[in-house]
Amino acid sequence: MTLTLDAPRFVETKPLLTARNLSKSYGDVQALRDVSATVYPGEVLGIVGESGSGKSTFLRCLNLEETPDAGSYSLDLPDVQGNLFDLDRYGRRMLCATRIGIVYQNPHLGLLMGHSSSGNVAERLLVAGERRFEVLRDKARNALDASEFPLDRMDAPPIELSGGMQQRVQLAKAIALEPALLLLDEPTTGLDVSVQALVLDTLKRLQQERRITMVIVSHDLGVIRTLSDRVMVMRRGAVVEEGLADQVFQDPQHSYTQQLVHAKL
Amino acid sequence: MTPQFNRDAPVLEVRSLSKGFTMHHLGAQMAAFDDISFQLRAGEFLLLKGRNGAGKSTLLRALYRSYLPGGGEILFHSSHGVIDLARAADVDVSLLRKTEMGFVTQFLTARPRVSAEALVAEPLRLSGVAQEDALEQARHWLDAFGVKRTLWAAYPTTFSGGEQQKVNLARALILPQRLLLLDEPTASLDASARAALIDRLSELKSRGTAMVGVFHHPGDVAQLIDSEIDLTPDVKSLEERENVVV
Repeated sequence: MTLTLDAPRFVETKPLLTARNLSKSYGDVQALRDVSATVYPGEVLGIVGESGSGKSTFLRCLNLEETPDAGSYSLDLPDVQGNLFDLDRYGRRMLCATRIGIVYQNPHLGLLMGHSSSGNVAERLLVAGERRFEVLRDKARNALDASEFPLDRMDAPPIELSGGMQQRVQLAKAIALEPALLLLDEPTTGLDVSVQALVLDTLKRLQQERRITMVIVSHDLGVIRTLSDRVMVMRRGAVVEEGLADQVFQDPQHSYTQQLVHAKL
Repeated sequence: MTPQFNRDAPVLEVRSLSKGFTMHHLGAQMAAFDDISFQLRAGEFLLLKGRNGAGKSTLLRALYRSYLPGGGEILFHSSHGVIDLARAADVDVSLLRKTEMGFVTQFLTARPRVSAEALVAEPLRLSGVAQEDALEQARHWLDAFGVKRTLWAAYPTTFSGGEQQKVNLARALILPQRLLLLDEPTASLDASARAALIDRLSELKSRGTAMVGVFHHPGDVAQLIDSEIDLTPDVKSLEERENVVV
């Protein structure tokens, strides 16, 4: 049906992220079936699919929170070699602290809700070995500022903040160490439309100014369309289609993608 | 000053291109166009004609790869070498879209909290031009297309349709590209903006940009047209015109 595309010829950089044939089952449920993805430096890959399609499981694998039953995952970075699923707990923790940032839909997963917002951001730096108080505070402030968080509230704990502000704290924590890879799991789901637009704008700005490579998972096609260069469509744990964002939305090939696109209001 | 370019250099060679849509929910196939072939050289302007539904916009989108071609070849002579856009890797297409091929519609995709000048400057910035320089050029083109100075720093989300369209044209045409695809950019433009558009297109053309366009009123761009294709089934023939622009 679809013609197969050629391998890249003009893009000379190697992919930053290469995941090959990830499979994962929970009991009888197969959450991932042979999922592969490549993401080039500075690129934004969007992953769409309904609840239970495996998109969040895939993202948790990329954040090394989950280990698939089969498959490999590598990042093309200095000092980072081999299949990252082979790393021990300490190795994973260090890699995630220094090279991978993540923003969850639920801020409780990413933040200590009772600690100060600046402290939440600084914690990431502490894990990476920074101990000087002034440096910690400065870097936390910069990251919060880049996430467009109002600095007069930087000592307020997330529990006292609105949903949009909590997402900005998560984002600040995620980018504090200038990660090579930023993972976003439904970052704007549950926010008001106007707040959602502002968070999206911040993400777009960060992406353009810092050329951060991103993988974003959302069931909201508008969010994916706004941010992504390329899109991967998942269903029942498998990738059913992938392509340039505008192509997948304007000329979807797979019947499931057509359903999804036509269901958009 | 007109930079030199080789007027005989091919930019696009389209061979037996076809496109159809599979509509899974109807279990139906719909053909859009079939067996389209043409060549386009540097600085050449090709007009796509045909009645509504003949596949003019579909062809443009297939050339830009917003639509996945069904068969055939789209050989694009890029600065990196020749590549078949019908089958090129997504990342290669992304790269070429940033620097060498543009798509102009009449609609602006405004983003919240991004000013008109920043939006217009964006293509230049993405191609590596420094921020200040890019903004300066952006202001020049906003002015050229008749967007009032007071609006340059404002957010186009709130602009009228006509003003948005001018911002869109400034943005789409700010970066000279090797190939420009035009999807009815003159529709509902006022006379002065239309004149600015024709000026900019002639300038780009004289600097070597090859163009493929769909126009509701081809009279708007009569002086730019070098050749035409009629996509209405059974009329499919390529007429060569006198090259009227030197």
